[in-house]
Amino acid sequence: MDHSKTEAAWSASSARKRSAAIVVRMGGSSNGDRVYRWVTTGFALFIPILLLLIAAEVFVAGWPALSKFGIGFFTGTEWDPVNGRFGAAPALFGTIVSSLLALILATPLAVGVAIFLSEFAPRWIRRPVAFLVDLLAAIPSVVYGLWGILVLVPVLREHVMPFFKETLRLGNLPLFSGPSYGPSMLAAACILAIMVLPYISAVSREVLMAVPRSQREAALALGATRWEMIWDAVLPFARSGIIGGVILGLGRALGETMAVTMVIGNRHAISASLFAPGYTMASVIANEFSEATNDLHVSALMAVGAALFLVTVLVNVIARWLVWRTARGGA
Amino acid sequence: MSLARRRAINVVMITLTYVAAIIATLPLLFILLHLLRQGATAVNWNFFTRMPAPTGESGGGMANAIVGTGIIVLLASALGLPVGIGAGLFLAENRRARLATIVRFLSDVLNGLPSIVLGIFAWQLVVRPFKHFSALAGGLALGAMMIPLVTRATEEMIRLVPVSMREAALALGYSKWRASLSVVLRTALPGIVTGALMAVARIAGETAPLIFTAFGNQFWSVSPTQPIAALPLQIYTYAISPYDDWHAQAWAGALVLLGFVLVISLAARFATRSRFGLGGD
Repeated sequence: MDHSKTEAAWSASSARKRSAAIVVRMGGSSNGDRVYRWVTTGFALFIPILLLLIAAEVFVAGWPALSKFGIGFFTGTEWDPVNGRFGAAPALFGTIVSSLLALILATPLAVGVAIFLSEFAPRWIRRPVAFLVDLLAAIPSVVYGLWGILVLVPVLREHVMPFFKETLRLGNLPLFSGPSYGPSMLAAACILAIMVLPYISAVSREVLMAVPRSQREAALALGATRWEMIWDAVLPFARSGIIGGVILGLGRALGETMAVTMVIGNRHAISASLFAPGYTMASVIANEFSEATNDLHVSALMAVGAALFLVTVLVNVIARWLVWRTARGGA
Repeated sequence: MSLARRRAINVVMITLTYVAAIIATLPLLFILLHLLRQGATAVNWNFFTRMPAPTGESGGGMANAIVGTGIIVLLASALGLPVGIGAGLFLAENRRARLATIVRFLSDVLNGLPSIVLGIFAWQLVVRPFKHFSALAGGLALGAMMIPLVTRATEEMIRLVPVSMREAALALGYSKWRASLSVVLRTALPGIVTGALMAVARIAGETAPLIFTAFGNQFWSVSPTQPIAALPLQIYTYAISPYDDWHAQAWAGALVLLGFVLVISLAARFATRSRFGLGGD
């Protein structure tokens, strides 16, 4: 009796000890676990720190120009490195106009493709088409630029621009006025439209796929045609997600550099004409940075970069929020 | 509205979505067609082994630019891979922690930054203090681009690993960090390699951040502290030149670059699909 009692006591205490040992091993208090935690946390912290560092470096470097010209830096139209006068309005104008034009061209196409792929496409064609459209996103920007400068721009100059001016006789409208150089706002918008198309269509497709089946079945049961089903039941459901995709595309277009630099003509001027050359914020930096003659010029380019940083962060935050909201079905 | 009219609208709109699909795939086909037609004649053995020809001479190659791009990509990976994988591990293992939410969000923000902004950042941080362009500065700019891509791929791949595998390792007496590294990370490794390859495919074609960091070089250089040639930079230089010979070289370079990017991303795509049995759509 005594014997069995002590044995029970012994085994209980040993079990306690053993479980204590296991707790020590698993409880994250061993050295290895602590080091592992520190290291992964450190790498994770690297991202916010890097972002802060980028912001700090760019804003600090741009500050001399910003403080010298004040708000005039963004409203002034004169960009004259030789005499040290910097107004970034033409670049700001060019960035906004080329990106918006690109969205106007790309959005109907991208949403059309997304609807085609999610609703109508036969199975055998869905994969290849989706793949080809996605592939557009894989082409490096400089390859778009090369194609733009050697193929698209000559086509615009020799066929599209004369068509608008002579065949349609629209040459008197400010939108189509001036000589047809080739490199122009229109060329930049076309290239950008091709480049943002895969982003908008990928997000739209995802959002359309997330629309519940019951939504579609209800519309069809009420006697809607297939298009009415899409227009009245599916698209309203997916609207804010699609807008999110469009804004994501806008973020890409605003920051796109090489392809635009190669086809927009690079002139610091604001023109109402689509056929006139222009400039964008990103392409000013790409073109002038390595040849910047003095500290003020460098600082002005850094300030343009800082503005670009702010705008794209803002645009991306809005887009992510919209997509996230739809993906949870809150819209 | 009459039924006939509704039906007509239905047919017209559905046809329009077919048209949209056709128009959307046309630019890609045009670009590929031009690349193949103009580039294929100039891509030959010399293109990979020779140095660029001086202005006015035809022929020549881009050996230095191809090697230069390789070196810049290696330097970028040295920054992007460890940080990206480490951060991805953290995000996957602390999914609901407040820090994880913040890091995930800022990683998306970093991903959305225009590459040219990363270029001026690397210039300000490395080129300006040392007073000359270098491969290292280019690697820093591209490495920063790589971090969010690798982070996201790592997090997603680790989430695919069943929790039971981690639990099994812990039950066998593995400490947490060993379970994470030698069981979970190892299981997810093929997927992470795929993600890393996709990231490489994305940054290898970048030009904007290299213009004033790696700068380009007409001569042979493999030193990380010197200006270095890169394929996209070389294409850019040739494309905006007025010479037909150089345009031909630019097409050839673009074909090689695109081929490189496509092979990597296709390989990555198929590797993932066969491993996890995930369909493309």
